Amino acid sequence: MILIDTDVVTLSRLQFALTALYHFLFVPLTLGLVWILAIMESVYVMTGREVWKRMVQFWGVLFGINFAMGVATGVTMEFQFGMNWAYYSHYVGDIFGAPLAIEGLMAFFLEATLVGVFFMGWERISRIKHLLVTWFLALGTSLSALWILVANAWMQNPVGAAFNPETMRMEVTSFSAVLFNPVAQDKFVHTVSAGYVLGAMFVLSISAWYLLRGRNLDFAKRSMTVAASFGLAAALSVVVLGDESGYSVSLNQKMKMASIEAMWETEPAPAPFTLFGLPDVEQRTTHYALKIPWVMGLIGTRSLDQTMPGINELVDDAKGRIGNGIQAYDAMLMLRQDKDDAQAKATLAAHDQDLGYALLLKKYVDDPRRATPADIQQAADSTIPNVPVLFWSFRIMVACGFYFIALFAFSFWKASKRTLQSQRWYLRLALWSLPLPWIAVELGWIVAEYGRQPWAIEGVLPTALGVSTVSAGQVLTSLGGFLLFYTALAVVDVVLMLKFARKGPDGLGLWPPATAALSSDRP
Amino acid sequence: MLDYATLRVIWWALLGTLLIGFAIMDGFDFGVAGLLKVLGRDNEERQVLLEGIEPTWEGNQVWFILAGGATFAAWPTLYAVSFSGMYFAIALVLLAFILRPVGFNFRGKVHDPRWASLWDWVLTGSGLAVMLLAGVAFGNLFLGLPFRFDDDLRMSWQGGLLDLLHPFALLCGLVSLAMLLAHGACFAALKADHAIAERAVAIARWTTLAFAALYVLAGVWLAWGIPGYAIAGPAATAGVSNPLYKQVAFGGSWFAGYLQYPWFWVAPALALAAAVGVQVLAGRRGVAGFVASSLMVGGTIASAGFALFPFLLPSSLDPRSSLTVWDASSSRGTLQLMLVVTLVLLPVVILYTGWVYRVMRGRVTLEQVRKAHGGY
Repeated sequence: MILIDTDVVTLSRLQFALTALYHFLFVPLTLGLVWILAIMESVYVMTGREVWKRMVQFWGVLFGINFAMGVATGVTMEFQFGMNWAYYSHYVGDIFGAPLAIEGLMAFFLEATLVGVFFMGWERISRIKHLLVTWFLALGTSLSALWILVANAWMQNPVGAAFNPETMRMEVTSFSAVLFNPVAQDKFVHTVSAGYVLGAMFVLSISAWYLLRGRNLDFAKRSMTVAASFGLAAALSVVVLGDESGYSVSLNQKMKMASIEAMWETEPAPAPFTLFGLPDVEQRTTHYALKIPWVMGLIGTRSLDQTMPGINELVDDAKGRIGNGIQAYDAMLMLRQDKDDAQAKATLAAHDQDLGYALLLKKYVDDPRRATPADIQQAADSTIPNVPVLFWSFRIMVACGFYFIALFAFSFWKASKRTLQSQRWYLRLALWSLPLPWIAVELGWIVAEYGRQPWAIEGVLPTALGVSTVSAGQVLTSLGGFLLFYTALAVVDVVLMLKFARKGPDGLGLWPPATAALSSDRP
Repeated sequence: MLDYATLRVIWWALLGTLLIGFAIMDGFDFGVAGLLKVLGRDNEERQVLLEGIEPTWEGNQVWFILAGGATFAAWPTLYAVSFSGMYFAIALVLLAFILRPVGFNFRGKVHDPRWASLWDWVLTGSGLAVMLLAGVAFGNLFLGLPFRFDDDLRMSWQGGLLDLLHPFALLCGLVSLAMLLAHGACFAALKADHAIAERAVAIARWTTLAFAALYVLAGVWLAWGIPGYAIAGPAATAGVSNPLYKQVAFGGSWFAGYLQYPWFWVAPALALAAAVGVQVLAGRRGVAGFVASSLMVGGTIASAGFALFPFLLPSSLDPRSSLTVWDASSSRGTLQLMLVVTLVLLPVVILYTGWVYRVMRGRVTLEQVRKAHGGY
């Protein structure tokens, strides 16, 4: 019996959260910007106008800097499952590893192999072939997101798998269930749309800055037009599909949903949506709640008559499941003594869905079978995630989403009227909106992953049990290394981004053509 | 539907294929990076070398990512034990993999010799570190690693980074270093301006010679100085993936497999024949020398894998906990699905990778670099 060091759990979680949030600064920009490049290059191939090629090359420079950071920080995520979450890797690798491996084969290979030709192949292949390279590069990035989110969705909604007491792990029973996990569909479209919004905002904001400075006018207006149209479509889809995502959360992760809403008690159907309020964890109530009737019931159940359970009711449910889980745990240990024990097999089969709930007790007692009612209460209470953080993260994210629709709709309208340059306040607004999509996507990650706590795999494996048997000193050292190198790289990344954005197509000699002819053919 | 034992052997071979794929494809990138300061005497020459690998290094690196991902999917226990057990060694490799992408991209973004020099050192250092550490890690497999499982199959490990530095493991590190430097030099001879290629040929010959001597030395040491592991009794080849279900005998020979299956000797023979091939062919500065060094890499890794078979990760602390091909795999369903996916997708990957190499073919000359200064 190996005891789990709570410091190791805390440090491993901190390291994973920091490196994942950091990686996710770069991923959405890659996801969005690459499609904008593909659109611009398509226009170039269709119209033959040189300016569109130069646009691809200029935004491509910024794309390249960001892509390198995305690749560099992505390797960390793959390594970390083995380094810091070894028991997790053992426990669910049979299912979770497959989508990650397929991501490498189907998607990452494609984007990483083609990215070199994208940058260095302009003079070596025909226009059409280069365009195809760009499109496949874009396809590769989105496919990459698909497989990562299939893996992530399984953590939220672990379908198509069963516990095997002989191997002490979860094993696949149905791959199609894992692949067609409804949560995966919703997460994929919501997440890539968010990336598209971010990419569009990036182009919109930097172009607005050129217009404010009176530089690169035709270049910037064209870029803004592409960003506005692409951004509007993406912003609409991110909100609509985010709502779909909310619906699937309410089906599979009722506790997460109730915590996002700070809904302590089960409300009569249709439940109201709490627009604002101050969640109080101690007293399990929400002060000064401003409620809009019916809205939550509609979002969460798509009906007017189904109730949504509140946090307190879900804690009571958890207590029941812990009781069942203890029976499953006992049966598992009996099977370890005699693997043909028919009665134990039957008990495990009846309750293996709740085995994970018994594992929640491991934090408080070595052997879940010896848990006291106080331990069980504590474990049941531990199923409540951090309500105020979820409550606020969700609201800020959603507010950002609606703001993006408004900004891109307005931008689209101005672009169609060809008046992008007419109002400086609009250009400033577009410029200063640049950080908002990053805030929104990071908060979205927090809602999804912090909201999943205390589970690594919802209902199956508590996060605290997933860690490696390493020392706190080891994790502290690697965490320190990440902080050091990631900070240094962030500084370099921002400096280079600013440098090349400031230089602009004119400064880089890409556009207008008079200077372009004098300079090298590569940015 | 294939039976469980066959699937396991296929996945063992696929794991080897991915590792060899990584060592051949990304190995020359590492080799060139490791030789950057030796082959490239000034910034322009180093630029030539880097532009030779820049269009393709990123795709090559995916062989490593994929080897990791496939291990996670097909050998989850191996993935969990090795990555968490060799914590700091893996962290160092990870650091190299974090710094390389940004190194390649950022180096040309600021025109300042100090800036370029900083990233040259980063690329050289990360190249050397990975080549050396990969060999040290492989060498430790023969020595056994200090881990054991409890009844929940939670692994614990006794030892730190320094415990990995056994002289035999260090020797394996040098084998790996010499081999991949030679491989990188063969690539530089093929790809770089003739002024640099000439130097690369000389280095390829010397490093190959060093490789052959170290490789034979490691083999002799392994045969007479390092006791082997063996599964006690008949192996349950289609059994449950639980390492604790078996018993392991310690003290045999790692060459037992070579005696049982004489065709295993093809691998070391290939490695040494290819080393001779590099001596003969490197001077042509063409594809032939590079193919020879690739075969050398493939033969070497295969020969080590054959010696270990059926072990993946022997445990020195509790031999029973050792991971073998028969008890560390995923379920049959996962192995089967992943096999189908790999058989469909890997040929596609090889196809478009081949196309990219064809598009980007040709020697990178000093003149080109002078004309269009600045990387991508």
